[in-house]
Amino acid sequence: MPKWFQPAAIVCALMFAATPIVIANAPFESTMGLVFKIFFYHMPSAWMFLLGGILCGIASLRYLINGAARHDRTAFAAAELTVLFGLLTLVTGPLWARKAWGTWWVWDVRVTASLVSWMIAVAYLILRRYGGPGSEKLAAGLALFGMANVPFIYVSVNYWRTIHPATSVVPTLPVSMGGPLWFCVASFLMLFILLFTMRVRLEEQRARLDAVYLSLDE
Amino acid sequence: MFARAMWLILRKDLTVEVRSGEVAYTTLFFAVSCVLIFAFALVRDGRAPEDGAAGLLWIAIAFAGTLALGRTFERERQSETLRALLMAPTARPAVYLGKLLGIVALLAGVEVILVPLVALLFNANALLEHPAWLAAILIAGTVGFAAVGTLFAAMLIRARSRDVLLPVLLYPVIVPVMIAAVRGTAVLLQPEVDTQVAWFWLALLATFDVVFVTLALWTFEPVMTD
Repeated sequence: MPKWFQPAAIVCALMFAATPIVIANAPFESTMGLVFKIFFYHMPSAWMFLLGGILCGIASLRYLINGAARHDRTAFAAAELTVLFGLLTLVTGPLWARKAWGTWWVWDVRVTASLVSWMIAVAYLILRRYGGPGSEKLAAGLALFGMANVPFIYVSVNYWRTIHPATSVVPTLPVSMGGPLWFCVASFLMLFILLFTMRVRLEEQRARLDAVYLSLDE
Repeated sequence: MFARAMWLILRKDLTVEVRSGEVAYTTLFFAVSCVLIFAFALVRDGRAPEDGAAGLLWIAIAFAGTLALGRTFERERQSETLRALLMAPTARPAVYLGKLLGIVALLAGVEVILVPLVALLFNANALLEHPAWLAAILIAGTVGFAAVGTLFAAMLIRARSRDVLLPVLLYPVIVPVMIAAVRGTAVLLQPEVDTQVAWFWLALLATFDVVFVTLALWTFEPVMTD
């Protein structure tokens, strides 16, 4: 593990321990009430979900172009985190929606696009897990198609009117609300980086072990 | 050279199909069974749910298409002919395009029988009143479905549990095609066809086709190389 890993992990744990306090002290949103607090976890995990998806797509593309195993390991680690943070997003979303919109699930653009993208990420992991040898390339192809698909999902689902708050809502939030929010984003980003580093390292060790076994056989 | 290789692969697939009929008959029968099951499930007292015909037609196409994709490539695998195809001194994209056209031709044949059947069982005679629109949407949607499906089925040929993996990978990716195709078809079911909306869905399908065929042509080469 890199030198910074342990101290960073401690800081990240402390930050996450502090998030409930920070969120509790954030100003009370009058229209949505207490349920608005979910937003402090929902939005950062949605951002990490997006980040994981983008990382996985770019790494897969690079893997397809030059075939370096390093990019494949990055893509795999990113895909796992995409599924993890996507799950957090998809669980916290309906909890909020139930209170804010009065229904658990709406077929709104971003909700649907997130669900479909998450399913593609899950399909990626299923392929890696059960595809057998050689599935790395196939998974990279799937990731590429999944990434290219996102605009189409957006346009096609957009036919149904959207009630999801627009992205522009974030900068307009009062500073007192933005502070805790950015704190949560920082915590999630740190968690993402830590998990990502750990996962890539695990894959590297695995590859090294495989190489050792192979050389023993010879 | 490129077009010739493509044509030869397409002709080979069609010849095998005409002689054995294996994939065509099984796919067609499966699609018809699908429609019947949905008819039993959804039609009550002779009344079908609104827009049901559009959704059902595309469900049947997607299900039957998955079956056809799996079978065509299984045939290539069993006789080790895909390796021969890939070893042939021709551009890989030509192999992909030949296969894609074969699947599209097969599904088009299935659709010719499927559309009247759905129209009959789901009281959707309106489906047959705008043949040009319907044909355009059917072709655009089928090409989009088959473009992704052909690539995935070819990729999975060497993978374990490929039968299960094909729909698992394919369906999430073709969600936009399904939405656009179903909505586009549903527009035709309205008493007054809103051509602007129909154009929108058709354009979306066409864009999808162009982007994904291009992407598949590029991906086919690195993905099919061991």
